[in-house]
Amino acid sequence: MSNKRIDQPTGTETVGHEWDGIEELNTPLPRWWLYTFYATIAWALVYVVLYPAWPMIDRASAGTLGWSSRGDLAREMSAADAARQGVFEKIAATDIEKLPASPELMNQAIAGGAAAFKVNCVQCHGAGAAGSPGYPNLNDDDWIWGGTLSEIQYTITHGVRWDGEDATRVNFMPAFATMFEPAQVDALAAHVMSLSGKAKDNAAGAQLFAENCAACHGPTGAGTPALGAPALNDAIWLFGGTEADVKKQILKPRHGVMPAWQGRLDPVTIKMLAAYVHSRGGGQDPAPVQTATAPEGKVAQAPEADSDG
Amino acid sequence: MEAVVKRLGAWALVLLAAISAIALTPERGFAIHMGIVALVAVILIIATLGTYDPLARAQSIFRMPPGPSRYDDDVVRWGVIATMFWGLAGLLAGVFIAAQLSFPQLNFEPYLNFGRVRPLHTSAVIFAFGGNALLATSFYVVQRTCRTTLAFPAMARFVFWGYQLFIVLAATGYLLGIGQGREYAEPEWYVDLWLTVVWLAYLAVFVGTILRRHEPHIYVANWFYLAFIVTIAMLHVVNNLAVPVSFLGSKSYSAFAGVQDALTQWWYGHNAVGFFLTAGFLAMMYYFVPKQAGRPVYSYRLSIIHFWSLIFLYIWAGPHHLHYTALPDWAQTLGMVFSVMLWMPSWGGMINGLMTLNGAWDKVRTDPIIRMMVLALAFYGMSTFEGPMLSIKAVNSLSHYTDWTIGHVHSGALGWNGMITFACVYYLVPRLWQKQRLYSLRMINWHFWLATLGIVFYAASMWVAGITQGLMWREYGSDGYLVNSFVDTVAALHPMYVLRAVGGLMYLSGAVIMAYNIWMTILGHQRVEAPMGDTAHDAAADRPILPEPAAQPAE
Repeated sequence: MSNKRIDQPTGTETVGHEWDGIEELNTPLPRWWLYTFYATIAWALVYVVLYPAWPMIDRASAGTLGWSSRGDLAREMSAADAARQGVFEKIAATDIEKLPASPELMNQAIAGGAAAFKVNCVQCHGAGAAGSPGYPNLNDDDWIWGGTLSEIQYTITHGVRWDGEDATRVNFMPAFATMFEPAQVDALAAHVMSLSGKAKDNAAGAQLFAENCAACHGPTGAGTPALGAPALNDAIWLFGGTEADVKKQILKPRHGVMPAWQGRLDPVTIKMLAAYVHSRGGGQDPAPVQTATAPEGKVAQAPEADSDG
Repeated sequence: MEAVVKRLGAWALVLLAAISAIALTPERGFAIHMGIVALVAVILIIATLGTYDPLARAQSIFRMPPGPSRYDDDVVRWGVIATMFWGLAGLLAGVFIAAQLSFPQLNFEPYLNFGRVRPLHTSAVIFAFGGNALLATSFYVVQRTCRTTLAFPAMARFVFWGYQLFIVLAATGYLLGIGQGREYAEPEWYVDLWLTVVWLAYLAVFVGTILRRHEPHIYVANWFYLAFIVTIAMLHVVNNLAVPVSFLGSKSYSAFAGVQDALTQWWYGHNAVGFFLTAGFLAMMYYFVPKQAGRPVYSYRLSIIHFWSLIFLYIWAGPHHLHYTALPDWAQTLGMVFSVMLWMPSWGGMINGLMTLNGAWDKVRTDPIIRMMVLALAFYGMSTFEGPMLSIKAVNSLSHYTDWTIGHVHSGALGWNGMITFACVYYLVPRLWQKQRLYSLRMINWHFWLATLGIVFYAASMWVAGITQGLMWREYGSDGYLVNSFVDTVAALHPMYVLRAVGGLMYLSGAVIMAYNIWMTILGHQRVEAPMGDTAHDAAADRPILPEPAAQPAE
């Protein structure tokens, strides 16, 4: 090229080309740049020998270190499992109601339950287990299906109104939309509100309650955990506690569903989840032998036949 | 508007109304009557067209080039305006979705929920803003470095308007819920086919112009532009291979399935970054930095080596987006080692850009456009170091799926692509509209600092958010169980998300100032302002102090 010239400020020769006033200097490659480039190539060559890299006809080269991401995961998981194995076995061997007798084991179970809760339960019951409308709060002492360790374990194992699970907890509150006049609904709702002191009682409402509701919810509205009938005499409400919410629930009740976790979670994890939920506050001790529950002839999860099930 | 066009429009409306009536009426007789009306409308349209000279009209609308003695810059001017327009739209969408992530109440169903506005944002900034900048600058640069006019002027105009149609179809599609769920390739099959036609026309114009050059050699910027156009064509076609469910419907299914589909997508996705946002914008850098600095390019040899190594290595790096997935280990390994080898080839562009300022470094202080270019190159260097680092599996196991990736992308997009585009537009506007200077240099300075601070807010908050997120996800307690649930990490990130939105808002404000500055420049105004970079000079004080004769005490 004939147009080569020395560029004054840098003292470097140009290549001799020119485009729209732009010239190019003939500066050699920066050494540090070139050697770093070589170093990354050398590193790459070593790496592809050590690790799986070269695709062959039916498999890839395995790498001289024998590393694989599946093997890596399996090793980490089995190490974690092994670390927990002893505790798992002890929890599996211990009857759930006997767990609190061994505080150390109980704490282990609660920790494991907390972890499983974060993965499987927070979607409905919330990160703090405080629930949301339609999804029960697990931090209080109000239990729809009972709050002892074994009752909670049963609920988690079999779910609530879960299709395809024979032993699931089922009940259905009838819809009273066609049975009551509007005035009757007003009176009944007022009576329900009065159970928790939020409205004045009225005789008509009390009468209706005694005839239609007391069988499940109890004469004072204290609820019947064996039937899954919620308490109505406290400030805790599943579908809202205003008079309008109560009326809505009387006329056309909503029914929540919870999955049966057996088959998806192993029995020890379910046990640990029960321990965790029990520990959130309000967990109940098993009642002394006499069961103050259901009218005879009714079983906890029975009424499929006489409801619309 | 011409009377012919008005009449044509009126008859077309009549025709449309008649056809709608035929389609909607259940009554046969009415449909026949409407058919007669439609027939009359068609006859009148044909009659009207008979008196119409479409060539003359096209000439006045599309402004064919002035002749071989002047560069053909109309498409470049439109492209600059489109760049500015789509840039503002894309940045606004970005600020909106950043606000949605901080305050979910801002999801307005169904058209303005996060899932639909996010692809609107990414496509608007990459393809509408970045794409128009590439289109405009490539047509500007290729003419000047080949010393010739565009090869097929009519086709160049088709490329511009066809590309705008693609953008409008893509953007409205996202809001209407039409999309094939492939990142950066969301438009459905018919929009993809249209883009293919437009892109091949673009390739024809560009290659045609290079073939009729009056320079013996092809300038380095044109190598990069050509690599960008050719590779994007290949990536676009392969990644969008799909079978439509019906030719009268938007839905289609990919030709690939499972992990092959994922790998094809990320081969495309990564090279959209590599060839659209890196090679294409390096082409801009290679012309506008030496021009603005008035200095020769630092090293011809470096430009050759880093061009070919970049082109060769980039295309293999896609699998690093699929670390720790169903993708086989060997493919993950290759994605990673090619990404690491890519580090120096990427930096070659930064070195060549920055070192071109040798002998003109004082301009960083006095010329805000040069300052923007230097900042862009600095961010380019940072993100092309961060990229290979994030591709290393040990790092990736922490960073993957976290906001670190978002921070990385934006330090590249806002810092490199955004700033170099702004600098080029500032360079181009006075030259394209024959103005003596920009409306205001001080406004560029404001733009520079708003954008820089905005990027710092954005990138820093996302780094913190990403690392927090990654550490919280993998945190194990001493009892051997995970400590945090997903929603715990979401709650922890909220302040960072708000800061990110603030950073985005600052960046958008800078762009609004720029749009005003550009607009006033095109209108021919010049702001009265103190020149930049001059320090005060008082000629009277610029002299030595003479010793004054000491007062003699009277004797």
